[in-house]
Amino acid sequence: MNLFLQQLVNGLAWGGIYALISIGYTMVYGVMQLINFAHGDVFMAGAFAGLVVANLLPNKTSFPSVILIFLSAMLFSTFLGILIERFGYRSLWKKNAPRLSLLIVAVSISLLLENGGLLIFGAAPRSFPQIIPLKNYSLGGILFTNLQIILILTSLFLMGFLHIIVMRTKMGRAMRAVAEDSEMAALLGIPRERILSFTFALGSALAGIAGVMVALYTPQINPLMGLLPGLKAFVAAVLGGIGSIPGAMLGGFVLGEAETLVSAYLSSSYRDLLAFLVLILILLFRPQGLLGKGAVEKI
Amino acid sequence: MSKRALIIFLLSIPFLFILNHFISNPSLFSPYALQIIVLMGINAILAISWDLIAGVTGQFSIGQAGFMAIGAYSSAFLTLNYHIPLIFAILFSAFLSLLAGFLVGIPTLRLRGDYLAIATLGFGEIVRVAILNMNCLGGARGMKGIPILSSFFSVYLVLAISLWFCLSLLRSQYGRMLFSIREDEVASQMMGVDIVKYKVFAFALSACLAGIGGALYAHWTSFIHPDSFTFMKSIEIILMGVIGGMGTIYGAAIGGAIVTLLPEGLRLLLEQNPLLYQNKEFIRMLFFASLLMIFIILRPQGIFGKKE
Repeated sequence: MNLFLQQLVNGLAWGGIYALISIGYTMVYGVMQLINFAHGDVFMAGAFAGLVVANLLPNKTSFPSVILIFLSAMLFSTFLGILIERFGYRSLWKKNAPRLSLLIVAVSISLLLENGGLLIFGAAPRSFPQIIPLKNYSLGGILFTNLQIILILTSLFLMGFLHIIVMRTKMGRAMRAVAEDSEMAALLGIPRERILSFTFALGSALAGIAGVMVALYTPQINPLMGLLPGLKAFVAAVLGGIGSIPGAMLGGFVLGEAETLVSAYLSSSYRDLLAFLVLILILLFRPQGLLGKGAVEKI
Repeated sequence: MSKRALIIFLLSIPFLFILNHFISNPSLFSPYALQIIVLMGINAILAISWDLIAGVTGQFSIGQAGFMAIGAYSSAFLTLNYHIPLIFAILFSAFLSLLAGFLVGIPTLRLRGDYLAIATLGFGEIVRVAILNMNCLGGARGMKGIPILSSFFSVYLVLAISLWFCLSLLRSQYGRMLFSIREDEVASQMMGVDIVKYKVFAFALSACLAGIGGALYAHWTSFIHPDSFTFMKSIEIILMGVIGGMGTIYGAAIGGAIVTLLPEGLRLLLEQNPLLYQNKEFIRMLFFASLLMIFIILRPQGIFGKKE
């Protein structure tokens, strides 16, 4: 029982990270029905932005510099997300190009970011400085670190913040309107291009923070680190029901927990295969996902 | 039309045979030139295979390298251990990759197209990792000493057969159905096309062709390694299809030839600068990715495609 609880605690941190990344997938999918393959690489770029800033700062462990590292990662990936939307997708989206073209552009942007990163930083993994000194705690025989708590609390806080933006602000309402019916929203005077930019910015900001969180937790980063978490976060989004933000959060946590349990009780080599297995099962038995609405194809 | 195509196809066989005699003559063509010419043919077959599912049917598959690996490894295993002729090895690998195509296609193609992209991506990785862990296929050491059974003649004969087959397929009722699925799934369903059935059919056929390409590749290079069939290989195949013009079979074949030649030119450029040459793999991928993006955004119909 103790082992089980211990694994649940370990899984929570990864769950929060997956949830943050998969929110970006699900929001973009909701607004323009596109799987943004480059999202995992925006997450990688956030981690590297954090690394560059951390190496510049003299006193890495002080509270303001930790905040600065997170903020700069967030800003950089937001900027990158807006650039990707503006110069990659927008012209095609306006022309109502076939989905296939958008997907091919998404894959090529992902390749550009990965190989650009490889060219600048090299393929060797780099260690991320320990900006939060580790402390171990124990509660009723269950061990955890201050880092895990910080990661879980940060991701929960960000999700709450996102919820307020999406549900309570004007921008959020416009975003939901575009997701519901993009043509109708445009007719009602909602600037679709601005909403699209905003959606990419929001999703990329979360991915950038998740990047620094993974960099702190593993603590190694390399230019290809976005591939696997990106794919898994996409699976989490499908698991929760693609297009649904609460679904993405739930899917992220479920996948994080499931992965930790599989590597604890079966073998860690099955860990990476689990996501694909989950994907195939969910596509076969419940394609609309856990929280998705029953799909009625509109004609 | 199909009778004329058949006649052209039958006439091309003796032509290929004579051409083979000249091209395989080392005093006329250097081994380097021969290497590139044969690879152009193999890549053309792979490009056609992708074009059939993506360009014609409109379903985005990014796992062609996985099917190619299945074809390459299964045929190489047979010729290496049982010394069977190339034609049977190719038939076996075609069958195996066709089967794999059905296995992947049936669950994923029931849904809308986007999921196929992820499923094929995952499939490609699973195949690669599975081969890495299989000792009878050489695992991480790769497979060495595969007999060199492919030649200019066999590769271009297979290319001619696949061109003839695909062109007649597209002119038939089935080809029209595939095009109609690309244009509008709902409308073609309304017209009575069983869209799932034909999507799976096109996908399995494309997988089969990719497997044949893989088999020819294995018996030309005589050494295969799981790293030759990564995601990057799939991207290369996609680039061939896009450059040539999606939905045009001839275009795809020519795109395959162009994408084989491009990196050779790039290599000549990079060789002059040692710093760039060190990172040639990354630069090559950056080049491919930018080319892909530029084509899709500025000239989505490719070089030979018609504007819609």
